Amino acid sequence: MATKLKGVDVVTVGVGLTATILAQELAATGLKVVGLERGRWRDTDPDFAMPGAHDELKYVRRHELMQDLSKETITFRNNANELALPMRDLGSFRPGEGVGGAAVHWGAVTWRFFPWDFQTKTKTLERYGPKQVAEDCTMQDWGVTYEELEPHFDRFEYLYGVSGKAGNLKGKIVEGGNRFEGPRSREFPNPPLKTPHSSALFARAAQSLSYKTFPVPSAANSRAYKNEYGQTINACVYCGYCQFFACEMGAKASPQTTVLPVLMQNKNFELRTMCNVVKVNLDSEKKRAVSVTYVDSRGREFEQPAELILLTSYVLNNCRLMLLSGIGKPYDPVANTGVVGRNYAYQTPSNVNLFFDDKVLNGFMGAGGNATGIDDFNGDNFDHTGLGFIGGGNINCGSGATRPIEVRPVPPGTPRWGSEWKKAVAKYFTRSCSIAIQGACQSYRGNYLDLDPTYRDAYGLPLLRMTFDRRENEHKMSVYITNKAAEIGKAMGASKMNVNPRTGKYTIVPYQSTHNTGGTVMGADPNTSVVNKYLQSWDVHNVFAISAGAFPQNGGYNPTGTVGALTFQALEAIKTKYLKRPGALV
Amino acid sequence: MKETSGRRRFLKSAAALGAAIPAGAAAQSKPAPNVDHDKQRAQHMRAAAAQPRPYMFLSQTEVAFLDAAVSHLIPKDELGPGAKEAGVTYFIDQQLFGGYGSMAKKYTQGPWPEGTPQQGYQSPLTPAAVYRAGIRDTNEYCKKTHGKTFDALSRAQQEEVLKGLDGGKIELEQVRSQFFFNMLLANTVEGFFADPVYGGNRDKAGWKLVGFPGVAAVYTPFIEKHNVPYRAQPVSIADITQKIAQVDEHGHAIHVMLDDDQAGV
Ligand SMILES: Cc1cc2nc3c(=O)[nH]c(=O)nc-3n(C[C@H](O)[C@H](O)[C@H](O)COP(=O)(O)OP(=O)(O)OC[C@H]3O[C@@H](n4cnc5c(N)ncnc54)[C@H](O)[C@@H]3O)c2cc1C
Repeated sequence: MATKLKGVDVVTVGVGLTATILAQELAATGLKVVGLERGRWRDTDPDFAMPGAHDELKYVRRHELMQDLSKETITFRNNANELALPMRDLGSFRPGEGVGGAAVHWGAVTWRFFPWDFQTKTKTLERYGPKQVAEDCTMQDWGVTYEELEPHFDRFEYLYGVSGKAGNLKGKIVEGGNRFEGPRSREFPNPPLKTPHSSALFARAAQSLSYKTFPVPSAANSRAYKNEYGQTINACVYCGYCQFFACEMGAKASPQTTVLPVLMQNKNFELRTMCNVVKVNLDSEKKRAVSVTYVDSRGREFEQPAELILLTSYVLNNCRLMLLSGIGKPYDPVANTGVVGRNYAYQTPSNVNLFFDDKVLNGFMGAGGNATGIDDFNGDNFDHTGLGFIGGGNINCGSGATRPIEVRPVPPGTPRWGSEWKKAVAKYFTRSCSIAIQGACQSYRGNYLDLDPTYRDAYGLPLLRMTFDRRENEHKMSVYITNKAAEIGKAMGASKMNVNPRTGKYTIVPYQSTHNTGGTVMGADPNTSVVNKYLQSWDVHNVFAISAGAFPQNGGYNPTGTVGALTFQALEAIKTKYLKRPGALV
Repeated sequence: MKETSGRRRFLKSAAALGAAIPAGAAAQSKPAPNVDHDKQRAQHMRAAAAQPRPYMFLSQTEVAFLDAAVSHLIPKDELGPGAKEAGVTYFIDQQLFGGYGSMAKKYTQGPWPEGTPQQGYQSPLTPAAVYRAGIRDTNEYCKKTHGKTFDALSRAQQEEVLKGLDGGKIELEQVRSQFFFNMLLANTVEGFFADPVYGGNRDKAGWKLVGFPGVAAVYTPFIEKHNVPYRAQPVSIADITQKIAQVDEHGHAIHVMLDDDQAGV
């Protein structure tokens, strides 16, 4: 039997990137906020301290900072005709566990989705007509516009100290920045990171092909920076242990460096770690949530009543908790009814490895987002007529991911082991780099999330089941854009290249990106969305589902800048409207 | 988290940890004739090194098998030591004995249908059990075809057997041959390149081979020096905890740069 606790105003399920911002702002208004986190407390000291922080085996291969699958995982299949089986090991995506969530070991690349992204459907139909779109494609508009989100993008970037260069200031194109981006109200809080050799080569080559290059925006702060909460984020030292690692410098912005030090001092906030939320409990009419049930590390079950329940447990668990709790109608792909679990999408990353005989790249130096990019083939920045696909991807080339266990590319034709392999690794470790493509992924009727009928978590509850494959649209797009990247690679003077477009069946095995989207999508129509534009459940007004699960389909960028903007937008609506008059905001 | 917590506390502890260099000092120092991390380490480890390393999981038969197998995957050659010399067998032993070997952070509940390649690891065997079964079965195969266990075959025969496992041409009884081979190859590479604290990458052989500096220095002054090789004596975690290598105020290594002869590039 669950022990019933004293009620509070707000509960966050999970204490990662979105939760820390929401908790900080709501606790500051005087509300009592409880953060329930399934993992442990983690801080810059001692958890992220040197020299242990620079341990590739532990962090990249043994997943130190990532979800413990022995307790909970997902099941996966490519399509509904297959039997879904559990993801036994982390591969394709690597969610976080512990305070700070995945934003401790993220890669810090921080974009704003294009104005076009928020109206993918309308704009695509307008420009190309319905034939451009696959029949089973379920892309839709977001129910929110870039203009509405602009101040919230701005706030998130200033909170995390994003380094970059504006390309569009209030509608005026600025040289050196990204001319394709939506208009910004002001410059980035920090200047771009320094330029590694690979980025400089890429910039020159891309410019020679008439593309517009710009520094990729990164939350690895380029200089010591103080944010609105008075937190100092240190200057990045380009150590190269960035994505998959926690930052020992406190330079890659994370909840620990941006928000938690102030939040933890607020008496209105209480953090409870090692507490796994298993359910949101509803009233008898299923119109209001009354509490959450969680299990602590001693196996005790508690019921925590709250007025407002914020699902901030990342894309996958936000969806799973809604399904487990009966919030919203589950999606049925056969009848094409229901919404929860609908429009699950992902990313279509690809790359080109470049090998140089006459250049040293030192790819072990750098940081997440320490790169130069182009967006000439992203979003709808190029004419798709006759190409047979929609969407695109950012193309960029940077430095800081080359570490010998995981990243030591060898030229095509090299054997997998033996003396020849050894020679190639020795020769090219410091003489190779990659052009990376962050390809978009549309949503389709047959791609969705629901509950698995067989496999269960450590608490006896059904695992989330993922049914997903990319379609012809994504494959065509990936081939097209990866070939564009290869042309740039050639112009960079690479003596050899591996061109790796993303085609064939999606596999859960190699790492691709932790950019899961959809399942709890936002929109203007309750028949095709789970939450409204403020990420509030259409069905249970005191539940908000805040994550990239709100994206109706995925763009050609990493998601977190946009997640940050949606978080601040939800927050503003909660503070200015919901708290005054709890109820449906739309 | 109180006022003095977080990074400030961390700075103090980093300084206490290593031989700290004041703020603003260069992150890289010129080659100093008497500074050789590995010689110092060798002195440090002399007593310990006199004893053979205790294997905790592998049997003597399995050690012999792995010593032979990994010496093909990453051979000793004119470029330097291979996986065997770098202690990869010992590394694998330690990994199999620990959380990795028993799938401590992985999902291990059944049922266990075989699944598609896209669904990844679906074996009911833990990595420890995969090695046990794979080595046994491969030795059985070698005895049947050549009359000897794998380690007793000629180099050429061993190479053939490994290719047979890699390509799936040799069928094993209890475990798919390619599954076993891929795991062995992945762990061999890990053991060759992981921090020496895990028992492999002895004398930083893997890092020296490729020119990886290990624990990083502050690269801010270097990252825009394009096309300039970075030739440093690699630094391991233990070099810092045992105060063999110097660190800056944040605990980053102060790299000792190699002269051109030492670098040998
Ligand atoms: C390796 C990696 C690299 C990435 N790189 C980038 C990048 O470069 N750019 C970018 O834009 N994005 C990147 N991301 C994505 C980014 O980390 C996420 O978008 C961001 O962290 C999402 O914030 P969140 O609050 O939704 O989830 P998280 O920050 O992950 O927080 C969710 C928290 O909820 C907890 N939780 C889950 N279920 C429960 C439960 N039942 N009960 C209690 N607690 C629970 C989790 O333990 C976790 O702490 C990356 C992610 C990874 C893993």
